[in-house]
Amino acid sequence: MAAFLARRLGQAVLIVAGITLITFLLMYLIPADPARMIAGRNAPQSTVESIRQQLGLDRPIVEQYLIYLSNLLQGDLGRSYMQRTEVGELLWSRLPATLELMAGGIFFELLIGIPAGLAAAAYRGRLPDRVIMVAAFVGVSAPQFLVGILLLYVFAVELDWLPLRGYGGLDNLLLPALTLGILGGGWYARMMRSSMVDVLRRDYIRTARAKGAGAGRILVVHGLRNAILPIVAMIGLDIGIFMSGVVVVESVFGWPGIGQLAWQAIQRLDIPIIMGVTLIAALAIVLGNLLADMVAPLIDPRIRLRA
Amino acid sequence: MHKMLAAGVAVMALAAPMIAAAQDDAPTGGSMIVTYNDDVSTLDPAIGYDWQNWSIIKSIFDGLMDYEPGTTVLVPDLAESYELSDDGLTYTFHLRDGITFHNGRPLTSADIKYSIERAVNPDTLSPGQGFFWMIEGFDAAAAGEADGLSGIETPDDRTVVIRLSTPNATFLHVMALNFSFAVPREVVEELGPDFGRNPVGTGAFKLTEWSLGQHLILDRNENYHIPGVPKLDRIVFEVGQDPSVALLRMENGEVDILGDPIPSARFVEVMENPDYEGRIIEGGQLHTGYLTMNVQMAPFDDVRVRRAVNMAINKDRIVRIVNGRAVPANQPLPPAMPGYAEDYEGYPYDPEAAKALLAEAGYPDGFDTQLYAMNTDPNPRIAQAIQQDLAAVGIRAELLTLAQSTVIDAGGQPNTAPMIWSGGMGWIADFPDPSNFYGPILGCGGAVQGGWNWAWYCNEELDAKAAEADAMTDPARGEERIALWRDIYLQIMEDAPWAPIFNEQRFTFRSERIGGEDSYFVDPVHIPVNYDHVHALDAGQ
Repeated sequence: MAAFLARRLGQAVLIVAGITLITFLLMYLIPADPARMIAGRNAPQSTVESIRQQLGLDRPIVEQYLIYLSNLLQGDLGRSYMQRTEVGELLWSRLPATLELMAGGIFFELLIGIPAGLAAAAYRGRLPDRVIMVAAFVGVSAPQFLVGILLLYVFAVELDWLPLRGYGGLDNLLLPALTLGILGGGWYARMMRSSMVDVLRRDYIRTARAKGAGAGRILVVHGLRNAILPIVAMIGLDIGIFMSGVVVVESVFGWPGIGQLAWQAIQRLDIPIIMGVTLIAALAIVLGNLLADMVAPLIDPRIRLRA
Repeated sequence: MHKMLAAGVAVMALAAPMIAAAQDDAPTGGSMIVTYNDDVSTLDPAIGYDWQNWSIIKSIFDGLMDYEPGTTVLVPDLAESYELSDDGLTYTFHLRDGITFHNGRPLTSADIKYSIERAVNPDTLSPGQGFFWMIEGFDAAAAGEADGLSGIETPDDRTVVIRLSTPNATFLHVMALNFSFAVPREVVEELGPDFGRNPVGTGAFKLTEWSLGQHLILDRNENYHIPGVPKLDRIVFEVGQDPSVALLRMENGEVDILGDPIPSARFVEVMENPDYEGRIIEGGQLHTGYLTMNVQMAPFDDVRVRRAVNMAINKDRIVRIVNGRAVPANQPLPPAMPGYAEDYEGYPYDPEAAKALLAEAGYPDGFDTQLYAMNTDPNPRIAQAIQQDLAAVGIRAELLTLAQSTVIDAGGQPNTAPMIWSGGMGWIADFPDPSNFYGPILGCGGAVQGGWNWAWYCNEELDAKAAEADAMTDPARGEERIALWRDIYLQIMEDAPWAPIFNEQRFTFRSERIGGEDSYFVDPVHIPVNYDHVHALDAGQ
């Protein structure tokens, strides 16, 4: 276990370093000049040059990257070009809302996806299966914006049950989390269904049936434990996706998550923030997967973690 | 002349309190909620340079000069009066007595000197640095070779003397720009780059709370130097609010001012709703949206081709595309700008005449070219309309819709972008003076690598005229100066490096509980509203 962890963490460092390198190079390749964006339209060329020099943008790309890495190792993510605030502080301020939305979103995805997938598998090929799969398809393909606005309109404007605006208590979290749940739940339902259909074909299920176990018991007690592994892996991936921000849902609900920060930074070519968000997202994806791998043996004792 | 000017200033200085007195029946107190989609970037006056933080900074800080609320008329602000020497080179400002920063320290002339020098200092990375070019000693200070500006002296605590290297009629506007606003040195030095998150100024409001990505709270500055201002006790800016949701909240009575424009999808419906009559105030904007034609690239090096493009575009249709939130333009200056030529008719929409001109220029079958535009709505739709209009006269333009920074970069590279639709990057004046629409975007100085003169238009004769106009510092020649500028822009239209398309209009949506003169809601220098002067109708209840 310890060796496994050490090896995976070592890989994680390499992956994250690689991602920072690629992002850095991409930023450099974009035909746009951050110094000019900062200098504004009234600046003479000399101002642009002095800004470029101040920010070290006039140095070779390799040197710039090494400086970034060495600052990073000291825990310094740099300062935003436009806001002049430390990137670490900006990311930190977005963390609670991002984590909350992640938890809420995954909760509803599972709440919607798992029962729907189980039901579809149990009624495979029959009407309930088709209805659920069509609904899942609609959920997966619906624009986040539309679902969000629709929920807001129904629950916050017409019914007036929930607040219209963003962040605060659990009542604020409900609608954005539900939006993510409806959209992501479709994926989980499909995954759950195919995984369960697979399991239901196995011999031990037939044995259970032969011994007279009820359909519900077969599904939940016998089947679920074996069918849930892909779902766990998917949660691990989801953690990474949510940590890099869900721009549209955050924007509709006025949710102060990391996605809004990233979106504004991209528009303003604020490279230190873009780098910071990429770094967080990469870390989250790596850690999310690691977490899923570590949970797997708890569910299925046949799985062993090997270094 | 010296004395005459001082007398004129005395009248202006008196006029300001009179205007304030006339509205003293407006109740003070109460609060207001303003929504924004984007988080506020910075509140450092030397750094903030987007339309959103621009007006918030104006409420937290002050400069030597300001504008009468709702107008483009310059009035002294931190200064109570000023004099200009006969040679037009030396301004002497006398500061008002008893002005203090939000931290309680009295303002002195040294603060004014420090604040301007800070904006010029290359370490500050201020986008406003270039505005101060006319102050003596600018070059050395901007290059970091001198400690400060040799042209600024402070003979005593309440007097600031500023010497210019050349007479310049826009200098007082520069003293009303955010970049010149007074900041307390000790706080700036203590906080360093974090000053923009913890601003301390002399303005009508002070920042009480800033929760990143969520909200900012401004509270009344009890010691503000203009009596009876501000009207409101508190302004709450709620950020991260999608404009369509903000509109729903407005209709629900939860917010007071929409900081962002009304979403296009619901614009017509909202405008036609009788419930909102009188609550949506329309006004002009010091903005022009234009199509640039690179005069250094064939075939746009031929003035006949550029004129043909001017005649090929149906501007009325483009105005309809943006729901009528603009008025068609026929010259670079917007109608609200001094120097706008009322009686100029511009190029008519006449595709047949455009074709004839193209044939005359040697392109009877048109030609292939490229049109750059920014990729956010409504700009791609506008660019498509331009593309169709051009196709109708035989010009086949390939559309390149790209990120803002990429288009700006292409515009600043020689022989790269034949045509650019300026939408989303268009010129909104920094200050209400016609010269502000010339230098960087139409003068020779901007037609350089990395410049903003995307037409690469350089007319030495007009540059000389522009310099002549800006050297007219005598207020008695103000009208003559504006007339000269008017002629400069009409001459530009003869050469047609741009096809001016439209001037954006503003539509400010306010709640029932916020009042004030209509002009405060479409103030030419404050977007969306003049935060210091609007009031709450339910104040004190």
